[in-house]
Amino acid sequence: MLKDMTLGQYYPIDSPIHRLDPRTKFLMTFMYIVLIFLFKEFYQYGLLLLGLGIVVWLSKVPQRFILRGIKPILFILIFAFVMNLFLTPGEVIWSFWKLSITREGLRLALLMMFRLFLLIMGSSLMTLTTSPIELTYAMEVLFTPLKRLGFPVHEMSMMMGIALRFIPTLTKETDKIMKAQMARGADFESGNLLSRARALVPILVPLFLSSILRARELADAMEARCYHGGEGRTRYRELCYEKRDAFAMVIFLVFFGGILWLPRIIA
Amino acid sequence: MITCKNLSFSYDEEQDPAIDDVSFTIEKGSFVAVIGHNGSGKSTLARLINALYLPSQGDVLVAGMNTKDPDKLLSIRKTAGMVFQNPDNQLVATIVEEDIAFGPENLGIPREEIGERIEKVLSIVGMEEYRHRPPHMLSGGQKQRIAIAGILAMEPEIIIFDESTSMLDPSGRKEVLETIKTLHEKGITIVLITHFMEEVLQAERVLVMEQGKLVLDNTPAEIFTHMELLKSYDLKVPEIIELAMELKKAGRDIEFPVFTEEDLVRQLCP
Repeated sequence: MLKDMTLGQYYPIDSPIHRLDPRTKFLMTFMYIVLIFLFKEFYQYGLLLLGLGIVVWLSKVPQRFILRGIKPILFILIFAFVMNLFLTPGEVIWSFWKLSITREGLRLALLMMFRLFLLIMGSSLMTLTTSPIELTYAMEVLFTPLKRLGFPVHEMSMMMGIALRFIPTLTKETDKIMKAQMARGADFESGNLLSRARALVPILVPLFLSSILRARELADAMEARCYHGGEGRTRYRELCYEKRDAFAMVIFLVFFGGILWLPRIIA
Repeated sequence: MITCKNLSFSYDEEQDPAIDDVSFTIEKGSFVAVIGHNGSGKSTLARLINALYLPSQGDVLVAGMNTKDPDKLLSIRKTAGMVFQNPDNQLVATIVEEDIAFGPENLGIPREEIGERIEKVLSIVGMEEYRHRPPHMLSGGQKQRIAIAGILAMEPEIIIFDESTSMLDPSGRKEVLETIKTLHEKGITIVLITHFMEEVLQAERVLVMEQGKLVLDNTPAEIFTHMELLKSYDLKVPEIIELAMELKKAGRDIEFPVFTEEDLVRQLCP
């Protein structure tokens, strides 16, 4: 169950997508997420999926890695689909007892599912092809203007970087705790939702406890390595835009602009 | 290099002090082991040298700098690096080279130089081929060597190892001890805090801690002659040394120090 978390798991290989500047990828992903919600036609999503497919192919990340990101949100996906399907008013096309499906509902439910699917695919593709540290650097640079407003930009990106660094460590630990509890007869798979949620308590308590201890040790280790906030700090990994970034951005904008304008051209 | 003068430290006013009136000096380039069972104050001592804790009484001087002086904090931590117990909890970055860069980055070292330092320290700990790997895929011993590399990149004069081998398997422990030996040969002052008596044998000098007090301070060979005393501190004498002691007691003519099996074999069958 825990092995399925791809969000925030870097897939370390070399590919044209991996080599792009993280700021470029970050901006692209941001625009991509906004654009997903602007599209209204199914063929637009079709084209988007095609575009995403090409990027996935270029990134050399195995498809199953990207698709794995869906599993944890499968429930939300189905929930959103069902809610939209039954609760949208409009022209009824099928009804059963008190439930009825409308034409608008079906359309909205499918669109919502497409959007969520593409949203997760796109963002996991970014985290799979960008090392977390690069990502936090990119955020730190892009959010620097907020520093003037007193927003702790360096601290935020440091926290994010550390959180990402500890995902695999804590995942491994959770697995270990689960196995230890299972060996003592704990049951995580049967029963209703409530009893399953209750079964998680013996996992969460030791996990929280050990995370707090880890955090303390990490803070000591960071201080021992002269960490004193963002002031006077240099960066080993310097980000620099290259021609390929501009090239990728142009392709991206043309492609998305094209999809966005397509309905008007057709009309 | 490191001087503690009448050093005392307590976590809590009401409790007994964790460090109780300890004084000693560690020379530049020496290899000192600090032993003691759990709760003897040895880890507290390490944190006092690194200025993670400040003395309740007395002073700690690192290369002439008092740890109580807030302006010297970074220089002290840069001079006396520290490698901790749990390899997972001291690596901050998701890629080996970026983790090694963390210390130098904090010190404001220009990036070209950081690159050179990374290359240099990775070759010292023998991990060149792991430069671009994520640390969570390494073994315990390898992670600890990366942690050492991260400290080395700050170019310290002293490295304190706070039970850095206690969570490793035997092969990982061996890797780390080999690395420590290399560092000592390069002239770095080593403070090795441990509860494994076998590790003490490499050192030039041993400090034995008990209930916050410094109870013995001598060469390993000399320390092990106080076998009964060590046992009363819950410290286990290495088997080979115990055997040699028993043989001597039984009337065999054995000359100390005896640290390894070979040492003993050579004396028994010359």
